[in-house]
Amino acid sequence: MMISGAEIVIRCLQEEKVDCVFGYPGGSVLHIYDALFKQDQVKHILVRHEQAAVHAADAYSRSSQRVGVALVTSGPGVTNTVTGIATAYMDSIPMVVLTGQVPSFYIGQDAFQECDTVGITRPCVKHNFLVKDVKDLAVTIKKAFHIASTGRPGPVVVDIPKDITAQMCEFDYPKTIQMRSYNPVVKGHLGQIKKAVQILQEAKRPVIYTGGGVILSDAAEQLTKLAHKLNFPVTNTLMGLGGYPATDKQFIGMLGMHGTFEANNAMHFADVILAIGARFDDRVIGNPEHFGEEKRRVIHIDIDPSSISKRVKVDVPIVGNVPDVLEEIIKLMDGGFKTDPEVANWWKQIDEWRGRDSLRYKQSEHIMPQFVMEKLYEVTGGNAFITSDVGQHQMFAAQYYKFDKPRRWINSGGLGTMGVGLPYGMGVLMANPDAQVACVTGEGSIQMCIQELSTCKQYGFPIKIINLNNGMLGMVRQWQEMFYSKRYSQSYVTSLPDFVKLAEAYGHVGMKIEKPEDVEPALRKAFTEHKDDLVFMDFIIDPGANVFPMVAAGKGLTEMILAEDL
Amino acid sequence: MLRHIISILIENESGALSRVAGLFSARGYNIESLTVAPTEDPSLSRMTILTSGSDEVLEQITKQLNKLVDVVKVVDLSEAAHVERELMLIKVRATGKDREEMKRMADIFRGRIIDVTESTYVIELTGASSKL
Ligand SMILES: Cc1ncc(C[n+]2csc(CCOP(=O)(O)OP(=O)(O)O)c2C)c(N)n1
Ligand SMILES: [Mg+2]
Repeated sequence: MMISGAEIVIRCLQEEKVDCVFGYPGGSVLHIYDALFKQDQVKHILVRHEQAAVHAADAYSRSSQRVGVALVTSGPGVTNTVTGIATAYMDSIPMVVLTGQVPSFYIGQDAFQECDTVGITRPCVKHNFLVKDVKDLAVTIKKAFHIASTGRPGPVVVDIPKDITAQMCEFDYPKTIQMRSYNPVVKGHLGQIKKAVQILQEAKRPVIYTGGGVILSDAAEQLTKLAHKLNFPVTNTLMGLGGYPATDKQFIGMLGMHGTFEANNAMHFADVILAIGARFDDRVIGNPEHFGEEKRRVIHIDIDPSSISKRVKVDVPIVGNVPDVLEEIIKLMDGGFKTDPEVANWWKQIDEWRGRDSLRYKQSEHIMPQFVMEKLYEVTGGNAFITSDVGQHQMFAAQYYKFDKPRRWINSGGLGTMGVGLPYGMGVLMANPDAQVACVTGEGSIQMCIQELSTCKQYGFPIKIINLNNGMLGMVRQWQEMFYSKRYSQSYVTSLPDFVKLAEAYGHVGMKIEKPEDVEPALRKAFTEHKDDLVFMDFIIDPGANVFPMVAAGKGLTEMILAEDL
Repeated sequence: MLRHIISILIENESGALSRVAGLFSARGYNIESLTVAPTEDPSLSRMTILTSGSDEVLEQITKQLNKLVDVVKVVDLSEAAHVERELMLIKVRATGKDREEMKRMADIFRGRIIDVTESTYVIELTGASSKL
């Protein structure tokens, strides 16, 4: 039977078991929206800005094992998505973005709402396509899902001219896809894995350093098993939180710019680093020369060969799918493995570092943001999905909310995009309808996608917005305080809206919390009495609170500034 | 900073060149020269890029190129024995007594005159780039 290109698009989504798309209509996607209207298998979430559609699709992926989908119109619809696509790209999030394009016979003529979508998005996608023939439509969408979700995942854009969506064609969805140019390696090299096990056995001061790759490849279970067998300390990057249970005694906290004293020291002084799905980025290892001063051996497991030896020379590279490689290591260890007895002394050293209690903070008469995070953890029993924006509040959430499970910590690590928090909450709820979701944000970030309060009303997303309101672009202010002699250039936010009234104007519940003793009762009320409401909780916090420990830009990992130093 | 010749086999899709060129500029790699043409299998293109960089940079260039979804194969030709030739076509003004001189010069360097007008020659030269 012949069906239209628009119907083919929808049929492809159905074949991929896509249950919802986040989008915004416009001229070039009208045929697709019409096809969407005629069915009810694929639900559509109408956002208020295309950036939010992409962020929501991104969080749908992050919080589940499925691929998020966004659908937007040509021209401004596309340009509005670029921040969202780049955000997903930097964190290797599988996602498919379907974009409308002007009719193919108008392309290149500066037609109304034309833009070079493939050109604009090329540097921030894993791959992109322009469909030029309706006969290629289904197979292109199949390829898009395949590419997005295999190997090192990433966003894929499919640009579809309007005339293609009107043309008629037989629908035939390929079951599998073969591409001669794209065959990601999955199985790790056994010889390398054997070498790794040997080195692990010789390690006297080991550390397991894991990143977002563990989350993306669903390797948390294997990682925990391996770490317990080895009895090595484990540290996570910002993207890796939840990949290893934070309440486990082998967990030494997050590392990097705002990592714990014990994690950063352990990473620096380790004689063997087992790096898994992580990429030694500048926010993690600090100054690479300083990091290079210690002699150590590095084993690096990653699906992407280009992540290996990019910033730090690796001794044993293992390219492969993380859970499979970890299984392989565990299997080899079962054949007889002895952790070096010296490791016990290493643990003593680590416990001494732990004794510094580098996350300790002083209470004040104001609400401390760290305190709000601790209470949020208690009230939600550690079971919530926490989405976050970017700034000090993000670091407080990462440091004080203990993530025991993967895919619960949803934030923009690589690009550091302010504004993601609220749309991330929407995406999480579409993938996990019964979840408790809190969006930890700041008065700066939340205003970057505030319009989505309207979307949340329409679909009844009961997100709890935890606005850590310091009246400042706090993270900017912190740098200016520490490195620019307190010249607070443009980091002070005046004329803030009354967030309680604003929430109410959108039909939600608003709360303003100003005293430390009110923090816990307010949170309890929000999560019980207002379980099914979106609650905007405006916490007026100590405006001077800073994030510690801190490794200043250009400094070495062990040259941390601690709260106690000040 | 060694000179390397990278040969890339890539799907002959529109935009293939911009993916490769974009990768080089985005990551700050050098392109000294570049040629592209379809292969005997017209669904594939062969790109030959002359670049330079340290061993680490070259390792990243090859890895990043391999990561491009359309790239089928990447070879660093400089790693093995290979032959390098360049082809030059020059159009020169050839009038009066220079015309005769031009012809002699072309002969000495084993160049060929492949097109002639009243006032110009087009000379074809091939060889190693140092000779050209
Ligand atoms: C889109 C975007 N613009 C600018 C920045 C730079 N930036 C990083 S943190 C920050 C301040 C965030 O302020 P707020 O949301 O109030 O959080 P706080 O640090 O006060 O907790 C800024 C401006 C960014 N990360 N993203
Ligand atoms: Mg703020």
